[in-house]
Amino acid sequence: MIPKAFDYCRPKTLPEAISLLQQHGDAAKILSGGESLIPMMKMRLAQPEYLIDINQISGLEYIKEEDGYLKIGALTREADLEASDLIRSKYPLILDTAFSIADPQVRNLATVGGNLAHGDPANDHPATMLALNAEVVATGPNGERSIPIKEFFVSLFTTALQPNEILTEIRIPAPPAKSGGAYFKLERKVGDFATVGVAAQVAVDAKGVCQQAGIGLTNAGGTPIKAEKAEEFLRGKPLDDGNISQAASLAADDAHPSSDLRGPAEYKISMVRELTKRALTKAVNRASQER
Amino acid sequence: MLAKTLPEIGGMGHPIKRKEDLRFIQGKGNYIDDVQLPGMIYGHMVRSPYAHARITAIRTEEAKKLPGVLAVITGEDLAKANLAWMPTLFHDKQMVLATGKVLFQSQEVAFVVAEDRYTAADAADLVEIDYEELPVLIDPHKSQDSDAPILREDREEKSNLIFHWEVGDRAATDQAMKSAPVTAKVNAFFPRCHPAPLETCGCVIDFNSATGKLTAWITSQAPHAHRTVFALVAGLPEQNIRVISPDIGGGFGNKVPVYPGYVCAAVAALTVGRPVKWIETRSENLQSTGFARDYHMEAELAADKEGRLKALRVKTLADHGAFNAAAQPTKFPAGLFSICTGSYDFSSAFCEVDGVYTNKAPGGIAYRCSFRVTEAAYLIERAMDVLAQELKLDPVELRRKNFIPPEKFPYSSPLGWSYDSGNYQGALDLALERIGYNDLRKEQAEKRERGELMGIGISSFTEIVGAGPSHTFDILGLKMFDSAELRVHPTGKAIMRMGTKSQGQGHETTYAQIVAQELGIPAADVAIEEGDTDTAPYGLGTYASRSTPTSGAAAALAARKVREKARKIAAHLLEVSEEDLEWEPGKFSVKGAPGKSKTIQEIAFAAYTNFPQGMEPGLEAVHYYDPPNLTFPFGTYIAVVDIDKGTGEVKVRRFVAVDDCGNIINPMIVEGQVHGGLTEGLAIAFMQEISYDESGNIQGGTFMDYLVPTAVETPHWETGHTCTPSPHHPFGAKGVGESPNVGSPAAFVNAVVDALSHLGVKHIDMPLSPWKIWQILKDKGVTQ
Ligand SMILES: Cc1cc2nc3c(=O)[nH]c(=O)nc-3n(C[C@H](O)[C@H](O)[C@H](O)COP(=O)(O)OP(=O)(O)OC[C@H]3O[C@@H](n4cnc5c(N)ncnc54)[C@H](O)[C@@H]3O)c2cc1C
Repeated sequence: MIPKAFDYCRPKTLPEAISLLQQHGDAAKILSGGESLIPMMKMRLAQPEYLIDINQISGLEYIKEEDGYLKIGALTREADLEASDLIRSKYPLILDTAFSIADPQVRNLATVGGNLAHGDPANDHPATMLALNAEVVATGPNGERSIPIKEFFVSLFTTALQPNEILTEIRIPAPPAKSGGAYFKLERKVGDFATVGVAAQVAVDAKGVCQQAGIGLTNAGGTPIKAEKAEEFLRGKPLDDGNISQAASLAADDAHPSSDLRGPAEYKISMVRELTKRALTKAVNRASQER
Repeated sequence: MLAKTLPEIGGMGHPIKRKEDLRFIQGKGNYIDDVQLPGMIYGHMVRSPYAHARITAIRTEEAKKLPGVLAVITGEDLAKANLAWMPTLFHDKQMVLATGKVLFQSQEVAFVVAEDRYTAADAADLVEIDYEELPVLIDPHKSQDSDAPILREDREEKSNLIFHWEVGDRAATDQAMKSAPVTAKVNAFFPRCHPAPLETCGCVIDFNSATGKLTAWITSQAPHAHRTVFALVAGLPEQNIRVISPDIGGGFGNKVPVYPGYVCAAVAALTVGRPVKWIETRSENLQSTGFARDYHMEAELAADKEGRLKALRVKTLADHGAFNAAAQPTKFPAGLFSICTGSYDFSSAFCEVDGVYTNKAPGGIAYRCSFRVTEAAYLIERAMDVLAQELKLDPVELRRKNFIPPEKFPYSSPLGWSYDSGNYQGALDLALERIGYNDLRKEQAEKRERGELMGIGISSFTEIVGAGPSHTFDILGLKMFDSAELRVHPTGKAIMRMGTKSQGQGHETTYAQIVAQELGIPAADVAIEEGDTDTAPYGLGTYASRSTPTSGAAAALAARKVREKARKIAAHLLEVSEEDLEWEPGKFSVKGAPGKSKTIQEIAFAAYTNFPQGMEPGLEAVHYYDPPNLTFPFGTYIAVVDIDKGTGEVKVRRFVAVDDCGNIINPMIVEGQVHGGLTEGLAIAFMQEISYDESGNIQGGTFMDYLVPTAVETPHWETGHTCTPSPHHPFGAKGVGESPNVGSPAAFVNAVVDALSHLGVKHIDMPLSPWKIWQILKDKGVTQ
């Protein structure tokens, strides 16, 4: 639990941070909430020579609706999501997710940007952002670029971010009327990473027919998974128990978890099915309560 | 019932707030890592990545070259001083630093000493060790196979068997088993778990070369015993060793053994000539220090058709890991496991235990348990439910039929114990009433109709604590008495020093309340000190629920000695004879003249200012208490669970705990002890296990996978009490610290099995993880 020695930099602006990244390349790591990075350093699984703490950079913590998007600044803390009226009233899926992450102490520091940038399939926001079809904004020496979330998670702990890029914003397309979402996470205790988790977001028309469906899976494979076959199956269909059940089975087909102390793979696959059912059912309920 | 003192005095039965909490909640405790000495340096352990491997080379040059590194100590270095091995607390020996080979993953191989903690950790990475892997032995059931590797080449006996132990009447039991109309059998594994105290183990060792004195601050539950072990192992004169056990952040048995880190730190302090601090990391604590349980048990019960018990036969395989580092009384290789007849009246019983070596961390210690009592209570309470299922009897009925009745106490058990007192039916009845048993059974029947899974689990456990009488109990030859030294100051305030050592149990409060009860000096006026071997009287320490039964008794008897002297002084002051005096807590009055009295404070002042001619001045007493017997706390716990068929998750809906620990010193502290122990029991039943893969890699060696419950997982505990005092204890107390951990696992498992019993489920091994339950539901066709 004793990290290796490292140098610590605390840039005040984004360009300064990016130039530090350019200067130190692979030897540097961005520090946001530190809730994943510091434990890895303490176990010497990560041994960066430079820590670039971006917490002093202003203008990276916000939650706002703008240009047809919900925009979340990368440094926004989980606790901010939980406290936000906008999130509480319009984005139940994000609220569920934030609430299921770790414990209140961790959520006071952990950031949404860090949760995605870490590239850990066990983190909860990736599935949610996959269900919401978010975009990730990366800022580098050549300015901003937007990465569709589907292309963001490359492999275990690897994302589409370049070594000289910083994740600065998450954009979520504003949900249409009659939308709802829910996150279900199976965990052995509070603060545990998911055995599996399922994020579901749906939009229905007046008759209850599915207009949009998004389903993301947590800890069900080497990367966060978008259950596209299930999403596709639901579109244009009434969201009744039968269809939800079929979609749940399709989502389970997309899961390829490995066995570990949280349970055998077979169990986890079955749990993806079970939780998908529960998440979709709750999402539909929430959608139909919306005007 | 004891007479209750006024609240201002705060004797027994008053729920006064814990005195020690004032400093703890302000962050002003003094834990081992708070100890700072001038010139202090730091140690870091290099550990084995392999479970079984020959060490072919250790190269320390690179590590030694790192600036700030002061020494790198290896097993070969220790061997020169004859310190490569040390005795365990159970007649085995253990490597301090490995020589020749390693026997478990995470074993101590080298000790790096540096100016600061960071340099020490960096240098540890630079120690190069060549290993040649050897075949590993992980499954204890294979330890006696002809092709099993012999782990302990140092021993004369070339076998992995440590001991075979048996107790009871084998022939009579076998006969009863054979002729019984009904038998039931359960194979129950109590998994390896770890006490995981929030504060890990550690020490600061200082050797003063001018005085020759070694001062060792150690997270020790048994500081005096540790001093003696240090004296014997290191050959230092015992008066030159001072062990100080500062505030301790939880022990639960984990801080009873002497660990290699302590010895290495001492060697480093002596060789480098500066004080050395060594503090375990969390993973080191989980992976290498005293684990508990790891008992593979089989119980068979014989009964008649009505369910009256005839005999119990128990066969157990005990996995001790690489060294038998159990800390338990000499005569009892399997601890007090022979309490496995529990609360029931058997005519015959037989119990045998084989202890074996495997390539795992050494132990096993008594985790909040009076030496294997938890395993025993779990086994008998599980077996009772299996028999009830066999007989199609309500588990309550089966228990009622077989309890040792109150009039049979003191009761001689077929495995050799003399139970002091008990009223098992009373505790069961109260628990049933509190939980509303009959309504719950109705609800369960209705739910079953609807396909919902709900279960009720009962555990009517009996413990055996307070070791123990000198005729039977010793650790490394040291008899298991304990002590108190009470000194009353001229102003009537007092200090009492004890041979025990609190790790969170609230001794500073409860011992003061005993003095308050006996002398009428307010508990607030009695300071309690423990843990410094230079000042405290000799004792064997705190574990096995022994503090109240032993040191608590010593406290009362020391106070009574003081009271007898006080009576003489009062007689002198009041100019009457001793027989004319009457005692009530806090004062002596002249019989028939209640106005004529002297308070204990006035008497204390006189003890220093105006004592009778010829009397020894002062007012103090020491008592070393050798208990005549153990005490036998008991209780009934009932758990109600609901199972989520979709996920296999179990929710504990309700839990009623009725404890009987005899007379209670502080009800609030008892309540706290029960809550904590139940929470640990919940964790053991549902989420904790340290297991090993085939290559001997530890699973569950960090808090990522060794799950410690939070308030969120913890149900609301409903507690209650009956009171059956111990007849032989000076104030009728029995000890309670461990009951909830001992009694609760069976209640949880019984509840879950009960929820599934209509599907033919008879037993499930802990931990009851959701996936295990789901697997059963799937096999039974209840879930997809
Ligand atoms: C006890 C505990 C329990 C937890 N439980 C959960 C849980 O249940 N679910 C869950 O989802 N998470 C959990 N976490 C993780 C936590 O919630 C954070 O989401 C996570 O640590 C990442 O956020 P952070 O801000 O702390 O990132 P950091 O730890 O600071 O960084 C993580 C990684 O991302 C990189 N990074 C961070 N920010 C950026 C950025 N803006 N641009 C580019 N790269 C960046 C860092 O360099 C690092 O590699 C837990 C953490 C702890 C300590």
